[in-house]
Amino acid sequence: MAAIAHAFRAGGPNRDLVLSYAEDVKLLRSPRRSPWRWVFVVACAALFWLLPTYFVGDPGLRILAMCGIFAIGAIGLNLLTGFTGQVSLGHAFFVGAGAYTAAYFGGQRGWSMPAYLLLAALIGFVVGGVIGPFALRLRGNYLVIVTLGLVFLGQHLWSNWDSVTGGGAGISLGAAPMSIGPLDFKEGIELGGEAYSFEQSFFWLVWGLVALGALLAKNLVRSRPGRAMQAIRDRDLSAEVIGVSLARYKVGAFAWSSAYAAVAGALYGLLQQYVSPVEFGLFLAITYLAMIIIGGLGTIFGSVLGALFVWGGRSVIEQNSGQAIFDPLITTGSGEAGIFTIGEFNAVLFGLAIVLFLLFEPRGLAAFWLRIKSWFLTWPFSY
Amino acid sequence: MSPVPLLAAITADDLLQTGFSGVALGCKYALIALGFSIIFKATGVINFAQGAFVLIGAYFTYSFTQTWELNFYLSVVLAMAAGAVLGVAIEALVLRRLVNEAPVTVIMVTIGILFILDNVVTAIWGPDNRNLGDPWGVSTRELLGVTVADRDMWTMASTGLVLAAFYVFFRFSTLGLAMRAAAVDPEAAMAQGIPARRVYRVSWAIAGMVAALAGTTLAAGSGQLSPATGALALVAFPAMILGGLDSPLGAVVGGIIIGLVQQYTALLAPEYFDWVGESFERVSPYLVMIIILLIRPFGLYGTQEVRRV
Repeated sequence: MAAIAHAFRAGGPNRDLVLSYAEDVKLLRSPRRSPWRWVFVVACAALFWLLPTYFVGDPGLRILAMCGIFAIGAIGLNLLTGFTGQVSLGHAFFVGAGAYTAAYFGGQRGWSMPAYLLLAALIGFVVGGVIGPFALRLRGNYLVIVTLGLVFLGQHLWSNWDSVTGGGAGISLGAAPMSIGPLDFKEGIELGGEAYSFEQSFFWLVWGLVALGALLAKNLVRSRPGRAMQAIRDRDLSAEVIGVSLARYKVGAFAWSSAYAAVAGALYGLLQQYVSPVEFGLFLAITYLAMIIIGGLGTIFGSVLGALFVWGGRSVIEQNSGQAIFDPLITTGSGEAGIFTIGEFNAVLFGLAIVLFLLFEPRGLAAFWLRIKSWFLTWPFSY
Repeated sequence: MSPVPLLAAITADDLLQTGFSGVALGCKYALIALGFSIIFKATGVINFAQGAFVLIGAYFTYSFTQTWELNFYLSVVLAMAAGAVLGVAIEALVLRRLVNEAPVTVIMVTIGILFILDNVVTAIWGPDNRNLGDPWGVSTRELLGVTVADRDMWTMASTGLVLAAFYVFFRFSTLGLAMRAAAVDPEAAMAQGIPARRVYRVSWAIAGMVAALAGTTLAAGSGQLSPATGALALVAFPAMILGGLDSPLGAVVGGIIIGLVQQYTALLAPEYFDWVGESFERVSPYLVMIIILLIRPFGLYGTQEVRRV
């Protein structure tokens, strides 16, 4: 079908014709050959600049920054679960490890931001590499429950290692420096004589890191390690038979995924300015898994979409709970009619979203895009 | 009784008492874990929503005794029936569409159901602690030198009864045989004319029934029933996985091990190894689970997965 559609286009060889392997895995071909991808990149860049400066106020930017933080963690989890097929409920543990690294080395010791962010990534990488071998011994459901145990053990550790984590009460990141060179994100950066607020600056920092992380992950999955990971996901036995080292790539996937999680945790701490053990519980782990499922397992783009959808949706409902359409459903105070509190309502919607997506669109939000794309590619013979 | 010299601060009485309460607690976990294992055995699904079934079962019992003012034991039976209906409904509405899906899909769907049910329960019955209205209350009796709560006796008796019923059902009934066959090899079972749908439905119904019973035993006592009761079901995960996912006997043995581990850590940790931190008993089950799984990856009684190239 596609071939017939292409015959209608005048001039030049088929757009999808590739002559070499390098060309096949290229991210961006020339604008003439993949125009829409260029439109997408330019639109993202424009939004990156315009959202904080023109369209969204500080409270909205906080939410978007949080979405970006979740997106970084979700990309990491997608590397592990979506690409390597190792389901982990333990992501919250690694997020916590990163958050406490930032709190201790940034907040208590006063390290500079690049230093403690890198250290968080490194600690995440190492801890993930230590946990990774569990995946060699345990498979499927057993691995899920063990990683679930990891979350509880982690919470116990955060609650009791008082000298580093501040114990059950938590620890402040208020003293953590947040500057890279001349750019001080905490006070708000200055660019070209213009001073920006903390929220604007932090939005740029987070989404810049999202872009970096997405590019890194994309490069990982489109090269040799990525193909090995996907072979393990599709059938680990066959992968092993054709010579893919399970030990190397399973442990590697855990390490990379937790490095992403730890960076997300560190940024989370910086945005909240305070972290405590209860935040890194099972709910966070489930939220991350839900994000990659709703966004699309095995796609980098989907991780970002899922984070925006889940966290953005939750925040939008929280902020609009007083609106009239929610009146019969949500009660905002004692005595007022309504079935659910806001938290309950959001949790029910969250559960519903997970169930409905898995039943009706298991490939997630990313699949909507793929469908639109194939509709246009096969035009005028779309069906 | 004289103190045991080895453990200076803790007497033999304490150890015995703790052992007993450990077994009692373990039986509660075992009841929850039995519900998990029956579904897993028949359908290969780890049902995270089992915690919500437990919670709803307990609230059903509460409603029947307190709102409808029925006899307590009748209420428990009714709650079990209602639990069975709930299990069948969930299977018919959702899980039926997900046969043979990847574990992550099924797990996440049951987690989604858990979120929905948990919050609907809170919305219906409210967040307060309530009295279940059981006749056992907080009464205790002396037995072999240890103090035994009446409700613990009932818990242990019902766990034993359920395990016996499972054994009889799977060993002697036609449907039980069909379920065992379907668990071993679904395709071969279907080729023999075993109705897979009915097997799935029955296993979810049984899980719902056992969950209601488990919820009732968990919530028995004074003011023990609250939406947080469902969270206790999470501790049944180590129990279930420790025994082996697909073994009802393993669920009971695992439950009792976890119960004992928890109670003995609570007793001994503050005395002898307080460096592990406060309330270590909350996480010690997970630690034990991880250690045992590393030695035996399919639990104590689980079926080893055979992989052929």
